[in-house]
Amino acid sequence: MMKTWQAGKRLLPMTAALGLLLAGCGREDLSVLRPQGPVAESSYGLMKLSITIMIVVLLIVFSIAAYVWIRFRRKKDQDEIPKQVEGSFKLEVLWTVIPLILVIVLAIPTVKVVFAAGNDHSDDKDAIKVKVTGHQYWWEFEYTDYGITTAQDLIIPTGKHIAFELSTKDVLHSFWVPSLAGKMDTNPDGTVNRFSFSAPNEGVYRGKCAELCGPSHGFMEFKVKSVSGEAFDKWVASMKAPESVMPEDPVLAEKFKSQCLSCHAIGSMPASPVAPSLTGIGSRESVAGILLNDDTREDGAPVLENLKTWLHDPQSVKPGNKMPSPKDMGLSDEEIDGIAEYLAGYTLD
Amino acid sequence: MDWITTVDHKKIAILYLWAGGLFFGIGGLEAILIRIQLIKPMNTFLDAQTFNELITMHGTTMIFLGVMPVIFALMNAVIPLQIGARDVAFPFLNSLGFWTFLFGGLLLNLSWVMGGAPDAGWTAYTPLSSTGYSPSHGVDFYTIGLQIAGLGTLIGGINFLATIITMRAPGMSFMRMPMFAWATFITSAIILFAFPAVTVGLVLLTFDRILDANFFNVAGGGNPVLWQHIFWIFGHPEVYILILPAFGIISEVIPTFSRKRLFGYSSMVFATILIAFLGFMVWAHHMFTTGLGPVANALFSVSTMLIAVPTGIKIFNWLFTMWGGQVRFTTPNLFAAGFIPTFTMGGVTGVMLASAPADFQFHDTYFVVAHFHYVIVGGLVLGLFAGLHYWWPKMFGRMLSESLGKWTFWTFIIGFHLTFFVQHFLGLMGMQRRVFTYLPNQQFDTLNLVSTVGAFLMGVGMIIFLVNVFLTSRRPADAPDDPWEDGRTLEWTIPSPPPEYNFKQTPLVRGLDAFWKEKMAGHKAMTPAEPVGPIHMPSATILPFLMSVGIFIAGLGFMFSRDEFSSGIMSFLFNNYIVTALGLLITFGSMLMRSLFDDHGWHIEPEELEGR
Ligand code: HEM
Ligand SMILES: [Cu+2]
Repeated sequence: MMKTWQAGKRLLPMTAALGLLLAGCGREDLSVLRPQGPVAESSYGLMKLSITIMIVVLLIVFSIAAYVWIRFRRKKDQDEIPKQVEGSFKLEVLWTVIPLILVIVLAIPTVKVVFAAGNDHSDDKDAIKVKVTGHQYWWEFEYTDYGITTAQDLIIPTGKHIAFELSTKDVLHSFWVPSLAGKMDTNPDGTVNRFSFSAPNEGVYRGKCAELCGPSHGFMEFKVKSVSGEAFDKWVASMKAPESVMPEDPVLAEKFKSQCLSCHAIGSMPASPVAPSLTGIGSRESVAGILLNDDTREDGAPVLENLKTWLHDPQSVKPGNKMPSPKDMGLSDEEIDGIAEYLAGYTLD
Repeated sequence: MDWITTVDHKKIAILYLWAGGLFFGIGGLEAILIRIQLIKPMNTFLDAQTFNELITMHGTTMIFLGVMPVIFALMNAVIPLQIGARDVAFPFLNSLGFWTFLFGGLLLNLSWVMGGAPDAGWTAYTPLSSTGYSPSHGVDFYTIGLQIAGLGTLIGGINFLATIITMRAPGMSFMRMPMFAWATFITSAIILFAFPAVTVGLVLLTFDRILDANFFNVAGGGNPVLWQHIFWIFGHPEVYILILPAFGIISEVIPTFSRKRLFGYSSMVFATILIAFLGFMVWAHHMFTTGLGPVANALFSVSTMLIAVPTGIKIFNWLFTMWGGQVRFTTPNLFAAGFIPTFTMGGVTGVMLASAPADFQFHDTYFVVAHFHYVIVGGLVLGLFAGLHYWWPKMFGRMLSESLGKWTFWTFIIGFHLTFFVQHFLGLMGMQRRVFTYLPNQQFDTLNLVSTVGAFLMGVGMIIFLVNVFLTSRRPADAPDDPWEDGRTLEWTIPSPPPEYNFKQTPLVRGLDAFWKEKMAGHKAMTPAEPVGPIHMPSATILPFLMSVGIFIAGLGFMFSRDEFSSGIMSFLFNNYIVTALGLLITFGSMLMRSLFDDHGWHIEPEELEGR
């Protein structure tokens, strides 16, 4: 085994060079090639090792091919019959053994990381436990130790292990934050998948659903927001004691209660299994997971505008989603705008 | 009429080719539509539902209805000739296999005009493919269409097994069999074991959907992950059903155009068998993220990586076949030459995917899309092009134009790499697969544009090929018996196209590359193994066609058996299973006819043979 490790070491310089090259690829908050946490790092390490080995293989194959094509191209009026070679035991053994060695070089660290990745931190007292539930087409996050539930934005403290329990209320989904960790499916059969990751740095990372789940599968995005420990504690506190002020206008408040809160929850209401909790929606990163609440960016807009876009026609934002259009529920344009304003102002802290 | 009743393997080959070409064209159009939609972020060219139907139908059509029949076309055209046989073992079944395949494929594509195509992906994962989440008849068309088409494939596979086992010319031991015949043999064996699995899966899913069974329904105690296992226990071997024939073709084309025997023949045979065996052991590598746990993931990781070993043996053997030879870049050999590096690239990304923790990142992204297109298009389709250009003169008696062939090659392969190479990076940069559009500013835009441009270029290559076929068909059929001059195997010893009975006298095989061996001994033809005598021929029959029509009708009837129709007669016919029964009656009636009336076929007499 010593030998194979040395072979692995010899590949290191190339691995490093490749790493630098690939690191140019993609956004820091999204790309697999720019890992932002240890779990994504370990996948990335394997990827670099395997790409390196594979590029070596490709170079060998390409050069032999180029050589034979040029060197043994049939010349004009070349007509002697080439020697009919049967094969060569030595050569054939050679190209059985070399790939075998390369496979072993890759297989050993693979197996190691597979078992390391099996470490789900579910009985780690220090870890933050989050129950993730996939829905067509939104994500629910329940912090079991704190008794709070939120949607679309997963808030986590930096540096801590987050122990996930994944399941789904309907079809298969797959929970994926490329820059933090690989994906894991949410299965509908009652089996709960567990895994864990951590984010050492503060930041907002883009998450996606990676398993075809219906028309808006491509829009089933979410954000992972990694914040300092204090900020996290503060967020938890404000989630636990949320002041769920209703819209000021009593007519509007009544409409909101009867039409919206039949599916959604706010403040201290128990979370509903059919629609995302709206607690503190004014301070979320996005509306519906994809309308970015960031007016400093060209693909973003103020939260108010995004809420209006969503409320005026949810189907046009996310085709096939399960929310009825507020217009069809009898809300007027003014009432919709009023509710949007109220929600935009509903922030935590 | 002649075409509907034929049982001649050469004509059935041409039928398979036409049908495959048709479906390949449909699948290609679907691909172009998909790529147009993805040309820029937030495109509204297609809506989400249509897009999902397109990706489902594109994948399903290409794999089951596009490339499989072209593979079968080449096998039918070549295998009996290569092994010195006068037909396949069961000509009647051969025809039946084709018609069930065709009607299954037609049924599946009818979904476009009959109320919604399947939309749950070509893998049809439950519960998305259950009636709860896919209420249109789309998935019914998928399950029933594929059962019928799969029947055809299974029949074809069994037929080739029997043919190759029992009908080789005297002297052709297994270890003297051409590589393409070996590939067909092993492929057929995989079909024999893999197709029943998917058929069972499809039947269970049909029952879930139409008869409210609960195999995959959690609420009824079923298990949706079971579908994934069943699907991939078939689905993984299926990819070897696709690639092994391409390996076989490449192993014929390269020696011919290098004027050398295949390097390491016996290790090639061994590698083929090993690949087939390992192919059944690795299905769960499609399910690393399903949550099988570290032990299963580790085992399936390592066993998957092992497939790289026999695959590597093959690649180096091809390279060393050319070593020391006289390589001629005819169109078929250009495609073979394009195959080697392209397929190798697909193989190495396969090994990368096999590393489970890395696959957690790759899985269900465009990286996987790139991988399997490199192996299926860059491997199989290039291989099929090589084979088609190579055997076209044998099948049709006409040489395809070399210059148009070269244009096809260059546009196709450049378009191919443009389309799919960049997709590796898209996947790594965080683009999941099967998304109908993507948000802007994720750095996906340029690469997607490049990919779409490449797809159009591939389309141009396909069109040039069709033009080539069209122009060629108008030229006189004057191809010589051995048009490439360096033919090594038996098919090149008889006229192009071959007479109905293939071999006037069955040839005597004296070694590997039988024809080459005779040529080197200074002979112009094979030594016959028998005197000229009457040749027994099977009679043409319409029964296979009728049986397939019957199954087709029964399928439709079953599918709509619970629908409300606006007209009372329709409801009566469908809801009481009358249409289903009628279809089955046609099928079983035809079977009865077949068993009651003995048909002894007919003979071609020696005088007639000599008269030609
Ligand atoms: C060295 C050989 C190969 C290895 C190690 C390999 C490995 C893999 C792995 C691990 C996956 C699962 C990826 C994922 O979904 O995350 C995969 C997917 C796939 N492979 Fe390969 N593969 C190889 C060759 C082939 C060949 C020869 C074909 C077909 C001719 C093929 C066709 C496919 C297809 C169609 C998929 C994707 C299926 C889907 O999800 O729809 N592969 N391969
Ligand atoms: Cu999804």
